Amino acid sequence: MMPELLSLLPVAIVGAVLGLDVVSFPQAMISRPIVAATLGGALAGDITSGLVAGAVLELIALEMLPVGASRYPEWGTASVVGGAMAAEFYALPGAAVVAIFASIATAWAGGWSMYGLRRLNGVWVRRELGMLEEGRPGTVTALQLRGLTADLARGFLLTLIALLVWLPFAAWVLSHWSLGRTPSHVVLAAVAAAVAGSAAWRISQGVSMARWYFLGGLVAGIAILVLRR
Amino acid sequence: MSARTAVAAVSPRLPLRTRLVMFTRLLAIQASWNYELMLGPGLGFCIEPALRLLPGGRGGAAYREALARQSRYFNAQPYFAAVAVGALARAELDGHPPEQIERFRTAMCGPLGSLGDRLVWAGWLPFSALLALLAFGLRADAPLVVLVFLVVYNAGHLALRIWGLRAGWEGGLRVASSLGGPLLRRGPAVLSRAVMALAGMALPLAIWRVLRGLPVPPVPESEMVRAVGGVAIASAMLMAAILGAVLVRLHSRVEGWRVALVVLAVLIIYSVAR
Repeated sequence: MMPELLSLLPVAIVGAVLGLDVVSFPQAMISRPIVAATLGGALAGDITSGLVAGAVLELIALEMLPVGASRYPEWGTASVVGGAMAAEFYALPGAAVVAIFASIATAWAGGWSMYGLRRLNGVWVRRELGMLEEGRPGTVTALQLRGLTADLARGFLLTLIALLVWLPFAAWVLSHWSLGRTPSHVVLAAVAAAVAGSAAWRISQGVSMARWYFLGGLVAGIAILVLRR
Repeated sequence: MSARTAVAAVSPRLPLRTRLVMFTRLLAIQASWNYELMLGPGLGFCIEPALRLLPGGRGGAAYREALARQSRYFNAQPYFAAVAVGALARAELDGHPPEQIERFRTAMCGPLGSLGDRLVWAGWLPFSALLALLAFGLRADAPLVVLVFLVVYNAGHLALRIWGLRAGWEGGLRVASSLGGPLLRRGPAVLSRAVMALAGMALPLAIWRVLRGLPVPPVPESEMVRAVGGVAIASAMLMAAILGAVLVRLHSRVEGWRVALVVLAVLIIYSVAR
């Protein structure tokens, strides 16, 4: 048990750092799925599986705009978990489906953990409100450092717990998996593309000619695909 | 002489070291984000190095008054908050009346929020992500795909923060004119069109790569051919078009990631149970 836990620590540390990037520091989007899952895959020994999982997750994450006070899935830690799982089970037909499922579920839990962190920050702010109103030097710095530390701990724990839950789950599911690789991947790719397409459609609302740009791009994409095969 | 009168005499020059510290702190502006004061403490944290230049220095009466004022409720898109940080630091050092600074602070929230959301979250971020997905669909290696995304996105991200801090500092309370420039006015619409064109181009290529790229281990050639065959790609695109149309119709009533979670859960149960 102990060596197994130790082997998860590097992934959990990366999850903590990428979880921090989502909102707290530095928001350079190293927490986006295409980056985070690729890193997770690399850590688990297969960077390509991580990249493919990251691309699928990025398509699904496109619709989420991290706007202010809204609660949204936290893709940073979740994508590290998804990338690592896709790489860990890459030889099995349903691995990608299970890894993406686990990743989305983790992102959902991550959204709630961020909500909890914001509430906790609120508790600390209320406690220090008197000192903030007095403009005491050091109070805002202490609040910021406390928030950063709590977010780092949140990402670490979330990644570790997710791996401890999802790795045995994936092992069991994949040992009973009966579908072929192709139909599993067709469904996975279709769902991801549908979410991404509808997200782009929503983003372009109210912008003239935007849908023609989409159709133009689609024709170009299909043409490249046909010419290249 | 009161603290505020003395403040008026302070030079508007901001030392390079102070600027650098403020810029670094901007990267952590949301570290204590909360539902009560939102970005307020973060804003105070970013402006604080400039407030040390007030008469009396760190801990002086002017410093404490200003820091308390700047740590109250504030909300904006985090990158565009750099504009507010620069402008409010300048206003404090120029010695504007507190009421004027507070009115300005309140007035900045809306424009810096909506402009940032449209330009960054709904524009630059999906644009950069789709560019990386296009590179992925064009068979780029993992490091190149990641590099495309990080370099493109952060070129815009960092440029925006640097511009924001400088524009805010130079404009002070008159910074609103900087927000009316053609790039910021037309940028969101131009980016939306680019996002749509990129989405159209990247989706079929990314689907192809997902179908082709997942069977990494030794797979019989016949299965590989079927996996990347026209039927598989056509099936995926048809399913994507139907599901995508449903999601567009259900706009704002259901989120795509929830639908994806349910579909994958059903697929897992079916595959295990059959």
